[in-house]
Amino acid sequence: MSLPSLPFLLEIGTEEVPDWMIPAALASLRVLFEKLEITHDSVTLDATPRRLVLRAEGLPARQADSEERVLGPAKSAPPKAVAGFARKHGVAPEALTVESTPKGDYYTFVRTVAGRATRDILAEALGGIILQIGFPKTMYWTGKGGPRFIRPIRWIVALLGEEIVPFELAGVHSGAVTSGHRRLGAREIAVTTADYEQRLRENYVILSAEARRHKIRQELAGVRVKPDPALVETLVYLTEYPTAITGSFDAEFLALPEEVLVTVMRHHQKYFSVEDEHGKLAPQFVAVMNIPSDPEGFVRRGNERVLRARFNDARFFWQTDQKKTLAARLPDLAHVTFQAKLGTYLEKTERVKALVETLGGDTHAARAAELAKCDLTTELVKEFTELQGVVGGLYARAQGEPDAVWQAIYDQYKPESMEDAIPRNRTGQIVALADKLDTLRGCFGVGLIPTGSRDPFALRRAAQGVVKILVEGKIDIDLAPLVDDGTEGAKALAEFLQDRIRYYCKDVRGFKYDEVNAAMAAGWSNLVDLEARLIRIQSLRSSPDFEPLAASFKRIRNILDQQKFAGADAAAIDEKLLQEGPERDLYDEYRRIAGQPVESVISRLRPKVDLFFDKVLVNAPEDDVRRNRLTLLGTLLQEFSNIADFSEIVTTS
Amino acid sequence: MSSFQEIIFKLKQYWAERGCIIQEPYDVEVGAGTMCPETFLRVLGPEPYRVAYVQPSRRPADGRYGDNPNRLFKHSQLQVILKPSPNDVIEQYLASLEAIGIDLRKHDIKFEEDNWESPTLGAWGIGWQVMLDGLEITQFTYFQQCGGIDLDLVPAELTYGLERLTAFLQVKDSVYDIEWAKGVSYGDVRYRDELQYSVYNFEMADIAMLWKLFELHEGEAARLLKLYDPKAADKGRFPLLPAYDQVLKCSNIFNTLDARGAISVTERVGVIQRVRKLAVGVAQAWADQRRPATAEVAQ
Repeated sequence: MSLPSLPFLLEIGTEEVPDWMIPAALASLRVLFEKLEITHDSVTLDATPRRLVLRAEGLPARQADSEERVLGPAKSAPPKAVAGFARKHGVAPEALTVESTPKGDYYTFVRTVAGRATRDILAEALGGIILQIGFPKTMYWTGKGGPRFIRPIRWIVALLGEEIVPFELAGVHSGAVTSGHRRLGAREIAVTTADYEQRLRENYVILSAEARRHKIRQELAGVRVKPDPALVETLVYLTEYPTAITGSFDAEFLALPEEVLVTVMRHHQKYFSVEDEHGKLAPQFVAVMNIPSDPEGFVRRGNERVLRARFNDARFFWQTDQKKTLAARLPDLAHVTFQAKLGTYLEKTERVKALVETLGGDTHAARAAELAKCDLTTELVKEFTELQGVVGGLYARAQGEPDAVWQAIYDQYKPESMEDAIPRNRTGQIVALADKLDTLRGCFGVGLIPTGSRDPFALRRAAQGVVKILVEGKIDIDLAPLVDDGTEGAKALAEFLQDRIRYYCKDVRGFKYDEVNAAMAAGWSNLVDLEARLIRIQSLRSSPDFEPLAASFKRIRNILDQQKFAGADAAAIDEKLLQEGPERDLYDEYRRIAGQPVESVISRLRPKVDLFFDKVLVNAPEDDVRRNRLTLLGTLLQEFSNIADFSEIVTTS
Repeated sequence: MSSFQEIIFKLKQYWAERGCIIQEPYDVEVGAGTMCPETFLRVLGPEPYRVAYVQPSRRPADGRYGDNPNRLFKHSQLQVILKPSPNDVIEQYLASLEAIGIDLRKHDIKFEEDNWESPTLGAWGIGWQVMLDGLEITQFTYFQQCGGIDLDLVPAELTYGLERLTAFLQVKDSVYDIEWAKGVSYGDVRYRDELQYSVYNFEMADIAMLWKLFELHEGEAARLLKLYDPKAADKGRFPLLPAYDQVLKCSNIFNTLDARGAISVTERVGVIQRVRKLAVGVAQAWADQRRPATAEVAQ
């Protein structure tokens, strides 16, 4: 027989949940549901700002029955006790059987336990599941000590087949009544599992995020908008019925820098910006509203007015700021704190300037470093903090600073992520490097070291930026002495940077972890050199002699470590002590190849090393012979150790 | 088209009909309606309360000499406190917008995450900024903590920006052009005080005198708090409200000094801490004051 299979619907009706938290909340809800281990054919999750929805198909009405053996009195018990046991469990005394257990013989019977109704299991579990959904920040709404959720829960739909799964949470009783769009839909809508999505649609709620995404994309297709997938996602989860509208602004605002206009539209108003056929910013924008149409143009005009006010502000700030040059603002940095223990931005500027000089920066770099932080005192940056650096660059250009200087200021915070480009010119690279190094040294020096996920000063990003700029800018300098500024944090910072270098080489550049370890063990301080060696190791690896030789090097390393031997001086090798045959041959080979690149000698060296280990006993009984052999091996290891410590290579043999 | 004052009348009427006491503005300078005792102290404790009032809010650093069409030294907030928050609080809020003539079927309304926090008051809440056709018109907050105390009941706080809302309804690009009453513009009423306070706050305020005032008010608040005795049988008559006025004075003087550029960055955090300490002290004493002096023994 087959049990009827039922559809399940859970809708958690809330006040507006922050858009960016929704996808993770749905994933969390799915995991919690799966943990119930109720069999089902499929699960679908959907959400709008006001509802988190889980639908599943093919749930059984009840769990399968199970059997359990009930143990009664011992066989030796008086008949009265046996009859009493049978009566208590409602079975005939004749139905009891005797079972042998390690403790003796007992009366028993097998009881059939009916499987629980799925509805009961759900009714018991759902309240707890809902409250366990993971959110970054939760709130009370019924009062102190009450349940916590991301926003207040206002209704719950819970249906298994035709029936309500009854439970109560925060004073809300589950039912079969949902709620439509806040202003266009009915406030109470009776639904079934079959008509749920359709009923919502009739009430101006598009349940599927994919459908909302599709609608937005389709409506954007007719306009030349700058692609912005992240903004699309935000709007998908900020609306229940998204509709794009196009508005325009006065072309005279195009005199303002594009960066400022786009930031206002993108970050402050959540608008898409529009380009003309030449890729230049057009005086238009696209907003996405949460209603199906704007026949009278109220929404368009309202948004246009808001944008005009914002642009007016920006223009006012731009013009006000121009009255005082960046250079004239330098003394004002004495009033802007960088970090309480690290002083003001004026002090930081002085440190960065000195560091730029150490890094070999030219006069342009020195000038850029001097002006780099001055935009922090401008009205425009106070208003649009995300534009710091960019605004400074734009002002520097307007104030006639050379290209190298304004571009360096503009790019000083780059790269802001692993995907972001490094500053476009060498001046900018040096300034960005000095700025980041100063922040790292300063913070580590006063104990502000990132732990776990806590990294309030974004030091990981800074360190990652340092690595990326050095490698991709091919800046041939030693990092270690720059980091070791004598403070207590210097050691921690060196380790922190090495972690970032390792991450960059492995995860960003795709080198194998043992190659990275081997190369870094031979020196990590000059990243241009490190990268070149990694490329060499990578290509060496394809040689059939590589891994066996690496294995031999590891053996050498182990022997030297065991003997606590550190000597590696070719001049100390006493030729008279060398035994003719494999030992002498290895020494001669070493003399021939010394100073040559490993690539050209690897195939000649490998057989000699193999033969040596095959035939020669390193731990010779005579002290001088043993020492001489160890010196030979140490010297050999040393010869190639400027590329990598090959003993770090993980070999398969 | 409703005038500025008519919008205020309608909103007050609307909330009065929903059980709110209509208060008049608090008569000590504040930076936001939240700081008034009607909010800051009333949200504490288990007693339900509903109140609405217009509060002129002073932000010395936001002054623009009357030149900027959107920024004001002093703007008006309509502050609504619903304690505890009713289940249909958002519906009630949306209906208040309809009550002042906004047809929400024809406008785009969005609730965008915006959690509120005031380090000076030891207060924070969870909520949204309410966007109407791209314009932020209201801050909506579920208070969670005030004066460092977890709140027993969770109040909803609605803060309407009245000048913005009116400019929206009257389709005006400058707040100075909105009609306050028939034939009288906002500029007619307020331009001179925007100009003169900007001049005072940015150019002429006597820094030494302000610091002296700050210290006097701080000292008085601290003196009073020290005298408060939670075990005193007559603690109910202890003047915590006057002590809180001293805290508000400190806060406003701090803001003026800040606008005047008189607070160095290193001092800043420290001064905020000093005000916070007093605000939290008053809140905690206030929460205690409503309990009988013998409560601890009785339990």
